[in-house]
Amino acid sequence: MSNIPANLKYASSHEWLRAEGDGIYTVGITEHAQELLGDMVFVELPEVGETVGQGDDCAVAESVKAASDIYAPVSGEIVAVNDALSDSPELVNSSPYEDGWMFKIKIADEAELGALLDAAGYQSAIDEA
Amino acid sequence: MAQKTALHASHLAAGAKMVDFFGWEMPINYGSQIEEHHAVRQDAGMFDVSHMTIVDLTGANTRNFLRYLLANDVAKLTTPGKALYSGMLNSTGGVIDDLIVYFLQEDFFRLVVNSATREKDLAHINAEAKAFNVTVTERPEFAMIAVQGPNAKAKVATLLTAEQQAAVAGMKPFFGVQAGNLFIATTGYTGEDGYEIALPNEQAADFWQQLVTAGVKPSGLGARDTLRLEAGMNLYGQDMDETVSPLAANMGWTIAWEPGDRNFIGRTALEQAKAAGTAKLVGLVMEQKGVLRHGQKVITAAGEGEITSGTFSPTLGFSIAMARVPAATGDTAEVDIRGKLVPVKVVKPAFVRMGKKLV
Repeated sequence: MSNIPANLKYASSHEWLRAEGDGIYTVGITEHAQELLGDMVFVELPEVGETVGQGDDCAVAESVKAASDIYAPVSGEIVAVNDALSDSPELVNSSPYEDGWMFKIKIADEAELGALLDAAGYQSAIDEA
Repeated sequence: MAQKTALHASHLAAGAKMVDFFGWEMPINYGSQIEEHHAVRQDAGMFDVSHMTIVDLTGANTRNFLRYLLANDVAKLTTPGKALYSGMLNSTGGVIDDLIVYFLQEDFFRLVVNSATREKDLAHINAEAKAFNVTVTERPEFAMIAVQGPNAKAKVATLLTAEQQAAVAGMKPFFGVQAGNLFIATTGYTGEDGYEIALPNEQAADFWQQLVTAGVKPSGLGARDTLRLEAGMNLYGQDMDETVSPLAANMGWTIAWEPGDRNFIGRTALEQAKAAGTAKLVGLVMEQKGVLRHGQKVITAAGEGEITSGTFSPTLGFSIAMARVPAATGDTAEVDIRGKLVPVKVVKPAFVRMGKKLV
């Protein structure tokens, strides 16, 4: 069984979102997603300062198996990216919720959070898949 | 209902992630494909290849039959145990399968063919064998374990009897020998030293466990694919199939044109293809970020081609691929990766062999 922390929000496209305060949210992919993708070999991240819309593909996770788009779970401005992933993409596999985070986003509209899933909702989404 | 090899329970016990592989439930990895890949390049790993099909051919006329069936010429096999890699072609010069043939005795040769092509291979071989009075016997009672890597042979040796050790001592590449219950061959699909060992199904799990204890790392189909691609070895169904000439699949070296009066299936079509010219299979190297993948379009000054197999190379740290491109392709090309044109180097399709980087 995959670990799905209760304190995070989730998109059905397998991103997680963690509130850091001041409207800043950290984004990564779930443990379930990294299990599906297998060993990560490259992660292409957005530019800091870039503005993204909810559901936009804004990063790419390339694993041994496939290239997979990562979607912005909410609209806003990219305020930080995880530079450690350029040398150590395997952090996405070993620590998907901590060291393997991908980018931080300054949310444009808090109302968009309502469209995301809680841990139980994400669990049932992957159970049905 | 998926077929299971004799090692299925061993895989589950080792935490394997199982996938469907042409009707067989097989391990794709046991946690990390990249770690398994490195184990084979640097130490010793093993693969369950029991899904592959062993076919024994017997009868006084077996050698003549194989000289007709295969594009390579078993007349080259003069020492018992010697093996040969060959394409088995159809009459239009396409590749039905690629296989290894072992010469065991004058009236006994053994083929190892792909599992994905098992049914059509057996149908073809059986149909053609009739005229030669050759008996075709599939050997599903055998499991097969490929033990590969620079320390593979030494680790296997710790499990062998004195008689078995003597039987394999000094065995050159591409030989096979029956040593007690084990058929031990110096073949593989990784570009490393090692053995492929066939043994009775009921002994396979115990032998596998002994190999684990000897320090051989179970490795899945994922690592097997990245290893064979680094080694520049074709994967049937991806790098070539029935619609592709071996001349366009880097298999020209496996075609025995001489003697010119040897009639083999596909010869006429092959001669026509050679005269007309074919595309060629090359290697691609991309040192910037990204991964080359099967099906991506290749743009060259001589025209377009396509990637047949692509991956991230764990040994090299960047992406490599095999691609079928126009014959006049030079030493650079571009690949369309998700809408972006990315420059790549064109090289011979062999990237890593015996632990050495070739690019």
